[in-house]
Amino acid sequence: MLKVFFWIIRRDLLLAMRRRTDIFTTLFFFIIVVSLFPLGIGPELDILRKIAPGVVWVAALLASMLALERLFAVDYADGALEQMLLTPQPVSLLVIGKVFAHWLVTGAPLVVMAPLLGLQYDLSADALGVLLLSLLLGTPTLSLIGAIGAALTLGLRGGGVLVSLLVLPLYIPVLIFGAGAVEASASGLGAESHLSMLGAILLASLLLAPIATAAALRVSVE
Amino acid sequence: MNSRLINWFKFSSPASFYPLAGRMIPWFKWIAVILIAIGLYMSFFVAPADYKQGEGYRIIFIHVPASWMSMFIYVVMAVWSGTGLVFNTRLSSMMAQALAPTGALFAFLSLWTGAFWGKPMWGAWWVWDARLTSELILLFLYIGFMALQGAIDDPRRADRAGAILALVGVVNVPIIYYSVKWWNTLHQGASVKVGGGGSSMAATMLITMLIMALGFWAYSIATTLSRARCIILERERNSTWVRELVENRRG
Repeated sequence: MLKVFFWIIRRDLLLAMRRRTDIFTTLFFFIIVVSLFPLGIGPELDILRKIAPGVVWVAALLASMLALERLFAVDYADGALEQMLLTPQPVSLLVIGKVFAHWLVTGAPLVVMAPLLGLQYDLSADALGVLLLSLLLGTPTLSLIGAIGAALTLGLRGGGVLVSLLVLPLYIPVLIFGAGAVEASASGLGAESHLSMLGAILLASLLLAPIATAAALRVSVE
Repeated sequence: MNSRLINWFKFSSPASFYPLAGRMIPWFKWIAVILIAIGLYMSFFVAPADYKQGEGYRIIFIHVPASWMSMFIYVVMAVWSGTGLVFNTRLSSMMAQALAPTGALFAFLSLWTGAFWGKPMWGAWWVWDARLTSELILLFLYIGFMALQGAIDDPRRADRAGAILALVGVVNVPIIYYSVKWWNTLHQGASVKVGGGGSSMAATMLITMLIMALGFWAYSIATTLSRARCIILERERNSTWVRELVENRRG
């Protein structure tokens, strides 16, 4: 069973590597959105330092949401998804594999890039570390929850906009604790409690989201 | 089946539920009208003015029951959705679909009256406090549910996709509520405490609020049933009993 899991990851990574532009679109969307805020608000470092965690996190939220469409759409269009659902392996395992590969391609680059963007906002080294850690714990949750929305809207007209309606409200706890962690460490409270909550949400969604996604895929492909 | 017992499962069929709902609607409609009329009279003329908040507090007689209903309807919607998924009954999904607009209406009403209450009390139409924010997110969840159902043409897929979304939402609602609460604990404490300790409100205020809440319940049931009747007719338009119903009404 584990073998299937790794095969799915390998297959999806291979497919993603064949079309590298997709990775860069998400990453550059993230970078551009974060860079737009100083242009809109003004270059005062005091203000920028205050809004940095929120801006980076909201941009990460939007970027990972935009990437969701590709999670199942290609496999759905060429019929591979239907074949996967017909295999004897549990669908939720398949979903975890696909989501993990998807996160490696679209989520991990954001995590790596975030400290660099934090420098633009003059964040301290401590805050940058917490930002990195919170994104590392938070973005997989975004991919897991987003997979439910992506599976529900598979093949619908206006799917992309619809996904944002379904998924963004569910992202709110991750946003609160993710941005909260950086703010708490900046104000000297310590980020442990927020990071623990992010970890707890990640574990809970790792347990529940694949089941919901599998059910949604069954409904959509049927 | 024992003929002396009422066979409840009979009413899970749209054909037998349709006339039952038709008989129930006038009752709940009149109960709603009477209770809300009494409640409004009491909230304007009987309940005393609050010593701290003056006359402006009277808006809570609409605000609080509306918030209760908006949250409760979401749970009921999730229960119907779950029933529809598990037992594969058409009517359960229709009920979930019929409940959503009423729930969204109450969520909106709660936000609207909250803004009216906030202006004199806090000096601002909107503050980012925990309850307002989570009520706003609840409204977003309702809108997402309705948008998803509207986007799917095949009614069976729409039912099941909506059901999964409602169940995911109901798991998330407490998480969202507590995360928002932790994020901002500016709001004053709850005025009505369930069980033990009693309430910090005068008895007349509490009774008025309960009457309003019951009136809103009756209103929700009446509107949901009539909306469910429309959905039944729309979905079952190709069945014989609907055709006979239409012909009988014509003839």
